[in-house]
Amino acid sequence: MKPLTPKRLARTCAVLSLLLFGAMVLSLRLGAVPVSFADLTVGLGKSLVGAGDQAPSDYRMIIREIRLPRVLLGILVGASLSVAGAAFQALMRNPLGDPYVLGISSGAAVGALLSLIAYPDSSVATLLLAFVGAGATGAGVYFLGRRGGQLDSYTLVLAGIICASFLSAVVIFLMSTLSGPGFRGVAFWLMGDLSTPRPVAHGWFFLILGAAVAAIYTTAADLNLMLNGEQEALHLGVDVTRVKLVVYISAALLTGLAVSVAGAVGYVGILVPHIMRQFYGSDYRVLLPVTALGGAIAIVLADAVARSIVAPMELPVGAITAAAGAPVFLYLLRRRLL
Amino acid sequence: MSAPGAAAMFTQDGAALRERRGPGDVRLLLEQASYAYAAHAQEAPLFTLEATSLRARQRELVAIVGPNASGKSTLLRLMSGALPPLSGRVQLDGFEVSKLEARTRAQRIAVVQQESPLLFPVRVWDYVMQGRHPYGRGLHFETPEDARVAEAALEHVGALHLRARWVHQVSGGEKQRVVLARALAQQPLLLLLDEPTLHLDIGAQVELLRLLRRLADTGWHTVVVVTHELNLAADFADQIALIARGKCLAVGPPAEVYRREVLESMFGAALEVEPAADGQPRVTVRGRVVEPV
Repeated sequence: MKPLTPKRLARTCAVLSLLLFGAMVLSLRLGAVPVSFADLTVGLGKSLVGAGDQAPSDYRMIIREIRLPRVLLGILVGASLSVAGAAFQALMRNPLGDPYVLGISSGAAVGALLSLIAYPDSSVATLLLAFVGAGATGAGVYFLGRRGGQLDSYTLVLAGIICASFLSAVVIFLMSTLSGPGFRGVAFWLMGDLSTPRPVAHGWFFLILGAAVAAIYTTAADLNLMLNGEQEALHLGVDVTRVKLVVYISAALLTGLAVSVAGAVGYVGILVPHIMRQFYGSDYRVLLPVTALGGAIAIVLADAVARSIVAPMELPVGAITAAAGAPVFLYLLRRRLL
Repeated sequence: MSAPGAAAMFTQDGAALRERRGPGDVRLLLEQASYAYAAHAQEAPLFTLEATSLRARQRELVAIVGPNASGKSTLLRLMSGALPPLSGRVQLDGFEVSKLEARTRAQRIAVVQQESPLLFPVRVWDYVMQGRHPYGRGLHFETPEDARVAEAALEHVGALHLRARWVHQVSGGEKQRVVLARALAQQPLLLLLDEPTLHLDIGAQVELLRLLRRLADTGWHTVVVVTHELNLAADFADQIALIARGKCLAVGPPAEVYRREVLESMFGAALEVEPAADGQPRVTVRGRVVEPV
């Protein structure tokens, strides 16, 4: 039983970073050879619609202009949702604390859809409204989940599920107001999709991801104690109000970020933290970075499968995470690992 | 019966252990401290803890005794600084406890709650190490000092052999000692325990109170314990505070505060209070409890 040292932490992260790199290479190559025509056509079509002046003519261009951004998007979405899930689990003191289960993703989707109707071309507005939607839903579920001043885990999960189903109705209503070419894209996006052509300010988004994860990570030692309940955390010297505020805002931002670029990708936020707990324990100082890397790996691989399994067609990545996630979830549940 | 506060000035003679104690300084001071819970700010309070005065000195073990829902835990939460008093003062070494920063407060006051549920499995060692949190910064990497204190705390409660075990896999009595070790790792001046003997058998209860008595005698910790065990409290505590219906009825040495009329009206049962061989009062139920068929 060795104590956690910066060295051990760095080594653990280095190993997972290598795995992530491997997943990226695999994903970039996958489809390139066997389904290159389909990808080429799609790629050409996209670039013709977007910018007709520079028609790319070789594979390198496709990889650089289409696949790499998509892989990077997968990393962004996977890391965001997984860290948000781990954070909500500690904050709500609930193993099922996940942006998808608690309806926070649905709230973000409502916000993102509203922005698509009002400001169709602004990815900043989409992110902002998704963040607001996630934040408002998170706050609503949190207060609905309280009973007699205490957070009750069953009430919380039920409140989340009910909010999620209500917000899904709102989403369907909003979608019905959309029509024409935008509709299919939005429908796919809602299922969790990395392919929808949408202006994405990559650099900025990664900056936000980094800032939000870093903010949550500064409270990692406090989150370990928050797992004991707020009262105990307070007695052990945690500034509970500050930690809750920092983690809550950052996790809502991460959810808004993921949903605004890729829609509601399920199971990642709940499964990745739990799988990582099996390997690395529940110490948030280790869990948060490995969860970020593990989530990135999971989505990059899931998207690679989504692109290649029914080639030349594509599946939304959310379908793959749900299909793979549900059995893993059940396995963890039956083994009493959740 | 002496007035609350004044009674606390007297120390009693008893076991040889207690005679060795010199007069300690007043650590914990409650002066007319009160609290009220209300569902809404404008409504009448649902529960009120009336003005309570109490002092606990260095080397003292104070027991808070009373029926269920009488305000014992509220009193303890006032002492821990988790609740600010509605009126009056709650001070530790002259500092108002509810105004201390959480980190500073955790270095001076440790609380053992009734239940310490876990969300995810934790090893005993990591659990005890949580008590070092108020001394760490940033990512709180374990220092040699932390390890030394945590090891001493585990040794003190006789649970060092459990260090590699999972907290949820040890027995009830062992868990209670592990939780206590975590509190000791905070190196507190004031140790507060809310019904620590609740799920323990009589042997483990005596063991735990003996341990608390030793902790108080070392002079480092002032111990306040909420308990239902009237006789164990009389055996081990220097002072007893009787709480009923949100009111502190008496504070003082067991022999002074254990009056038959008071205890009977408090608990609504026919009781007998007799001095035992060692001079401490002993509370028993009067007559046959079961009515003859």
